[in-house]
Amino acid sequence: MHPILLIVFLPLLAAIVAGLTNKAAPSIFAKAVTTGALFVSAGLSWPIFLGFVGGTAEPTVVPVLTWLHSGTLAFDWALRVDTLTAVMLVVITTVSALVHLYSWGYMEEDPDQQRFFAYLSLFTFAMLMLVTADNLVQMFFGWEGVGLASYLLIGFWFKKPSANAAAIKAFVVNRVGDLGFMMGIFGTYLVFDTVSIPEILAAAPGMSGATIGFLGYSVHTMDLLCILLFIGAMGKSAQLGLHTWLPDAMEGPTPVSALIHAATMVTAGVFMVCRLSPMFETAPVALSMVTFVGAATCIFAATVGTTQWDIKRVIAYSTCSQLGYMFFAAGVGAYGAAMFHLFTHAFFKALLFLGAGSVIHAMHHEQDMRYYGNLRKHIPLTFWAMMAGTLAITGVGVVMLHAGFAGFHSKDAIIEVAFARGTELGKFAFWMGTLAALLTSFYSWRLMFLTFWGKPRWAESEHIQHAVHHGHAEPEHHNPPSQEDAGHDAHHAVPSEDYEAGTAGYHPHESPLTMLIPLGVLSLGAVFAGFFFNHQFLDSEAFWGGSIYYNEALVHAMHGVPGPVKYAATIVMVLGLFVAWYAYIKDTSVPAKTAEQLGPVYRFLYNKWYFDELYHYLFVVPAFWLGRQFWKLGDIGTIDRFGPNGVAWVVEKGSVGARKFQTGYLYSYALVMLLGLVAAITWVLF
Amino acid sequence: MEFPILSLMLAVPLVGAIACLFLGAQSARMTALVATLANLALGIVLWLNYDIGGAQWQFVERAEIFAGFSYALGIDGIALMLIMLSVFLMPICILASWDAIEKRVGEYMSAFLLMEVLMIGVFAAQDMFLFYIFFEAGLIPMYLIIGVWGGDNRIYASYKFFLYTLLGSVLMLIAMMWMVNEAGTTDIPTLLNYDFDPQAQTWLWLAFFASFAVKMPMWPVHTWLPDAHVQAPTAGSVILAGVLLKLGGYGFIRFSLPMFPEASEQFTWFVFILSMVAVVYTSLVALVQHDMKKLIAYSSVAHMAIVTAGLFAFNAQGIEGAMMVMLGHGLVSGALFLCVGVIYDRLHTREIARYGGLSINMPKYALFFMLFTMASVGLPGTSNFVGEFLALAGLYKVSTLVTLVCTTGIILGAAYMLYLYRRVAFGEQTNADAAAMPDLNAREWAMLAPIAAAVLWMGVYPESFLAPMRQDIAALEARIARAAPDFDADNVIGTPREHNANYVAPAHGEEHGEEGAH
Repeated sequence: MHPILLIVFLPLLAAIVAGLTNKAAPSIFAKAVTTGALFVSAGLSWPIFLGFVGGTAEPTVVPVLTWLHSGTLAFDWALRVDTLTAVMLVVITTVSALVHLYSWGYMEEDPDQQRFFAYLSLFTFAMLMLVTADNLVQMFFGWEGVGLASYLLIGFWFKKPSANAAAIKAFVVNRVGDLGFMMGIFGTYLVFDTVSIPEILAAAPGMSGATIGFLGYSVHTMDLLCILLFIGAMGKSAQLGLHTWLPDAMEGPTPVSALIHAATMVTAGVFMVCRLSPMFETAPVALSMVTFVGAATCIFAATVGTTQWDIKRVIAYSTCSQLGYMFFAAGVGAYGAAMFHLFTHAFFKALLFLGAGSVIHAMHHEQDMRYYGNLRKHIPLTFWAMMAGTLAITGVGVVMLHAGFAGFHSKDAIIEVAFARGTELGKFAFWMGTLAALLTSFYSWRLMFLTFWGKPRWAESEHIQHAVHHGHAEPEHHNPPSQEDAGHDAHHAVPSEDYEAGTAGYHPHESPLTMLIPLGVLSLGAVFAGFFFNHQFLDSEAFWGGSIYYNEALVHAMHGVPGPVKYAATIVMVLGLFVAWYAYIKDTSVPAKTAEQLGPVYRFLYNKWYFDELYHYLFVVPAFWLGRQFWKLGDIGTIDRFGPNGVAWVVEKGSVGARKFQTGYLYSYALVMLLGLVAAITWVLF
Repeated sequence: MEFPILSLMLAVPLVGAIACLFLGAQSARMTALVATLANLALGIVLWLNYDIGGAQWQFVERAEIFAGFSYALGIDGIALMLIMLSVFLMPICILASWDAIEKRVGEYMSAFLLMEVLMIGVFAAQDMFLFYIFFEAGLIPMYLIIGVWGGDNRIYASYKFFLYTLLGSVLMLIAMMWMVNEAGTTDIPTLLNYDFDPQAQTWLWLAFFASFAVKMPMWPVHTWLPDAHVQAPTAGSVILAGVLLKLGGYGFIRFSLPMFPEASEQFTWFVFILSMVAVVYTSLVALVQHDMKKLIAYSSVAHMAIVTAGLFAFNAQGIEGAMMVMLGHGLVSGALFLCVGVIYDRLHTREIARYGGLSINMPKYALFFMLFTMASVGLPGTSNFVGEFLALAGLYKVSTLVTLVCTTGIILGAAYMLYLYRRVAFGEQTNADAAAMPDLNAREWAMLAPIAAAVLWMGVYPESFLAPMRQDIAALEARIARAAPDFDADNVIGTPREHNANYVAPAHGEEHGEEGAH
C-alpha cells in the first residue's frame, strides 16, 4: 500500500471517529486520535518530500475508486504524488500536526474540543485531497471541502453573531469564486474533452491559438479558461475583490487562522495556478491578469495592514498581501518562486499566528494591540518565536552572503524575478512588490513594538479588567494580599511606580508546553527553510520534474538583475524597520499626529478601502430587496392574483351570473327557449 | 412469462391500503410500515435483478383489456431509479407520521399506501392511458393528505394544488387521444420511436408541457408548491418534494423529448429562459422567507430549474445530470422537510425566528441538518453535486449564458441555506422552549440516517445509480440528436503560438556562465 493512502485517509478516519464519538468520550480521546493521525501523516510525508529533494522519487498516481462516468466526461478518485504535491504534503501535514498539538493548550478550557479537533482533521483531509488531485473535479472536491471546514471553524464559536456572519461570508464569497472555477471546468471539458490534469496540460500548447464563443463573444480559448479558473483561485486565496472574507475569518479560533487562513487553504489558489502552469503559459492575457491582481492585492493589503489595531487582523492582511506576491510571481512565470514563497510563508505565517495566539492567550483574549505593550519581559519565549517570524516575513538577510531568514530567500526572489521579466507589467509588479515590502516591514515591526516593547497599556482593556476582577488571572499569581488589593484598585488609584501603571495588576503568563513546542518547531522553519531549500525551489528543473512549468531563461534573468534591484528589498526592509522604530518607540506621538494629518487617507485605509460597505450596498441589500419584491409583488401580487385566485374569482362571478338564469320561474325559461328557437330558425333559414 | 414483480409491487401497498381502512390506529401504522418495507425489499430485488446493458425494457408484463388499452408494465433504468427513490422514501414517510398523525390514522396510512401504488404505477406503466390514470390519480391521495391532515390553511392550499395540476392534465389527455388516434397504438415503447409531424409536435409538446411544467414546478406556475408544502403534514411534504416533483421531469424524459424532438428543439430557449428566471428569482425569494418549509419549497423550484435546463441540453451529461439532480433532490429535500418536521413536532411552529441555538441542545440533529444543508448547497461528495455538475457541464455545451446564470444558483443556494441554518442551529438560545427540546429519538434516527447514507453514497460513488440509466440515456440522446440545438461555445483551433506566454529570450553564452556562479 502506498503511504499516500495513509497520509490522506488517516485524518479523515480520525475526524470521523472524533466527530461521531464527540461527547461520548472524554476530550483527551478525540485529541489523541486526531493529533496522533496527523503526526503519522506528517511522519510519512517528509520521506516523500525528501525523496523528491534527493531526486530518488518518481511521480505516481494511486487510483482509489471510480467516481463519475458520463459520456466522455469521466473522472475517478485518485491520489497524485509528484514534486508539487510533495511540497504541499509536508506543508499541510506539518503545520496541521503542529496546530493540532498547539490546540491542546490553546483550546484547553473549551467545552467543545472534540468537535474542534474533528473539524481540524476534516480540514486536513480535504486539503490533502485538493493537492493530490489528478483531475479538476477532485481538486474542486478538495476546494469545497476546505471551504466547508473553513466555514465550520470560523463559526466554531457559533453563539457569537459575528462569528456566524463571518462564516457565512467566507462561504458565500468563496462560492463567487467557485462559480468561475466551475465554469472553467465546464469550458475545459468542452475544449479538451477531459478533466484529467495531465491530459489537459499536454494538450494545452496545441490549443494556444484557438478561439471560442462565450456569452456571444468570440474570445481566445486558453485565456478564457484560465481566467475562469483564476477567478476560483482569487476567491480561495482572498485576492483583491474577493478578499473581504479573510479578515473577518479571524473570528475563528487562532489555531484555525494559522492553519487554514495562513499556511494552507488560502494558498490553494496559488497551488492551482502552479499545478496548471503549462496551461496558464498558453494564456498571456490570463497571466497578465494574475500578475496585475497579485500585485494590486499585495499593495492593497499591505496599506490596510499598517492601520489595523487587532493583532490578528494585521497578520490576516499580511497574509493577503503575501499571497499577492505569490500570484504575481506565478503571473510573470516564476512558478518555482511562487511555490517557494508559499512554502516558507506557511512556516513563518503559521508561526506568527500561533505566536499571536500565545499573546492573546497570555492577555486573556485581548486582541487589540493598543492594550498590549512591554510583553517581551513577561512572555519571553513567545517573544522570541514572534521575533523569528518577523525576521522571516520582513526578509532579513545579507545579500552578499546570500543567507538570511526564510522570507529573505523567497520574497526577494519574487521581487527580482518580477523585474527580470522585463515587461511593463513586470516592472509594475516589481514596484508594487518593493513598496509592499516596505509596508510589510513597517507593519510587522509596528506589531512587534506595540506588543512587546514600550510600557504596559493593559489597564484599559476590558478583557484584562475582567480577568483581574473575576479572579481569572493565572494560578501562578502568588501575590501577597496587600499587593493583590492594590492590583484590584489599579484603575482607581494611580500606583506610585510608573512601571506598574498600565498593568492593572495583571500578570501575563507564558503558554504551556503544548503551545511552545509548535512555536519552536515553526521557528526553525522560519529561520532555515529558505536557506536550505532555495536551490531546489528556485533553480532546479530536476527537482520539479515537470510538475510545474519551469522557465530556464527567466531563472537566469532573475539571477542577473542589476545590483540596485537585488538590494531594493533589503533597503526598504531596513527603512520600514526604522520608521516603525521611530514612530512606535522613539516618539510615540507620531502615529496619532500622522493619522490626523492624513485624515481622509487614514480613514480610507483604516476602513479597508470601504470594500465591505460597497459590497453591502451593491449586493447584500439589493438581493434581499429583490427577494422581497419577487415574493410580494411577483408571486403573491401577480402570479397568484391573476392565476389561481383570479380563476377562482372568475368562477365565482361567473356562477353568480349563471345563477340569475336559474331563477326557477317558468316564464323566464320559456322566454329563453323562445329566443333560442328564433335564433336557430334564423341561422337555418338565412 | 417471468415472475410479475412489478404487479406484486403494486399489489402489496394496495392490499395494505385496503387493510388500513379497517384497522385501528396502531395496527394501521404497523401494517403500513410492514407493507412499505416489503416493497422496499421487492425494490432491492428488482434492482439486483435488473440487467444493466440488457434489454431496454425489462420485467415486462402485458394484458390486453379493451380497445387497444392494455395493462402493460415494464421498466428501463430511468424508471428503475425513480421507483427505487419512491420505495426508499415510503417507509421513512410512515415513520415520520408515526406520532405526528393522531386523527384518522387508518385513512391516512391508506392514502399513503395508495400513493405508493400510483407512483410505482406511473414509472412502470407502458401504456399511455395507464400512465395517464396513474399520473392523474396521484393527485387525489395528495389532495386528501393536504386537505384532511394539513395545517390551518389547508383548504386553500389543496384547492390551489388541485386547480393548477388539473389545468395541465386536461390538455395532456386531449393530446394523448390525438396521438393514439394518429399512431394507432397506446404502447409507449412504440410511440417512443414514432415520428410525429413536426407541425403537430408543436401543439402536442405544448399540451404535455402544460402538465409537466406545473408538476415540476417551473416558474411561473410554481406558486402552488410553497402553499402545498407549508400546509401538508411532514410526510406529505417529503413525498411531494421527493417523488411527485419528479413526475414532471420524468414526463419530459419519457414523452416530450423522445416523442417530439423537433418541437423540443423549437422550445429549447423557452425552457431555458423559464429555468434561468426560476434559478435567480426563486433563490432570491427563498432568501427572505420566515417559514422554514416555504424556504425549502422555493429552493426546490430553483433546483428543479437545473433539471429542466439540463434536460434541454440534448446531451448525455445534461440528461444524466438532470436525472441525478432529481434523485439527489428527492433525497435531500425530503430529508430537509424531515428535519423541519422533527422540530415542528416539538414546538409546532415553522417560524424560523422561534428557534435558534439548536446545536447546543440537539447536537445530533444539528449534524444531520448540516449534512443535508451542505448537500442542498451542492457540496462535492454529496448527491446534489454530482447532478448539478453534470447538468451544468452538459448545458455549457449548448449555451454559456444559460450555464452562467444557472450556476449563480450555487452562490444564492449557499446564501439562503446557510442563512437558514444559522438562524435555526447557531446563535444563542433565545427561546426557552426551543432550548428545552430533546435531541433525536430512535425513530428519528431511523428516518434520517438511511437518507444520510444514501446522500453520501450517491456523492462518492454515483456509478451505482448512473450505470442502470446509462444505456437508456444514450438511446434517448441518439433519438434526439437530429434536433440538437446550436451551441454558442464553438472552439476554433488556430495556429498555436510559437512561445509560451512568459517567454524570455535566453541570455548570451558568456553572461550565462557568469550567472551560473550565483
